[in-house]
Amino acid sequence: MKQFLFVLRRPPHSGAFVQEMLDIILTTAAFDQPTSLLLLDDAVFQLKHGQQPADFGMKDTASIYRALEIYDVKLVYAELESLEERGLKPADLCLPVQTIYRKDIASLMRRHQVLFPG
Amino acid sequence: MKFAIQVNAGPYASNAGHTAYRFAETALAMGHEVARVFFYHDGIYHGLRYATPPDDEFDYSARWSALADRHGIDLVLCISAAQKRGLLCLDEAGRQGKRDDDLAPGFRIAGLGQLVEAIRHADRFLVFG
Repeated sequence: MKQFLFVLRRPPHSGAFVQEMLDIILTTAAFDQPTSLLLLDDAVFQLKHGQQPADFGMKDTASIYRALEIYDVKLVYAELESLEERGLKPADLCLPVQTIYRKDIASLMRRHQVLFPG
Repeated sequence: MKFAIQVNAGPYASNAGHTAYRFAETALAMGHEVARVFFYHDGIYHGLRYATPPDDEFDYSARWSALADRHGIDLVLCISAAQKRGLLCLDEAGRQGKRDDDLAPGFRIAGLGQLVEAIRHADRFLVFG
């Protein structure tokens, strides 16, 4: 068993990329691998409240995040600076996240065996 | 060392596919093991049988096929990524009532579980693109 940390950096609706990353994340968790997520840069927008992509015929990826708990994905980290630079607070997100300072990212990464860029 | 590799970029979208190929080829030449190469996102286009580049250009599908033939490495295209992009193997096309046979030699189509399994058993996992 390996500790997976998915390091997500893209905004939502980046083509099919986010949706396909979520498929990997859910599969990893379904295979009982300890799975955590780290949202950096524009990826913090992926959890922004009040998205209505279905109105435009696009996939509601934020709602897939809300299913993560069922798969035992319990830890979602969001970099505090990424939130602040975009005028976001944890309360603007549709899922509870653990905020983490940029200076602490390296030590978070060291605690995982697989760093999965996405 | 045993490597698992994921290729995410299409052959012509960036250099990532080229770098992945060169990495796999070099690792094998140095005696390392490449347990599995998993093609995802637009990376699945590396397994397209009918890619027909000009003679003086790098032929990705053919090069991966030849590498698989020489070293017996496992080249896997993600089934959901491939199907939504219209790349179907003969069996799956039959099930869908279509007549495609798009898979280049040495590649197979399988699910994401094959990726997770490869990562679990590899010493190192590398993502290109």
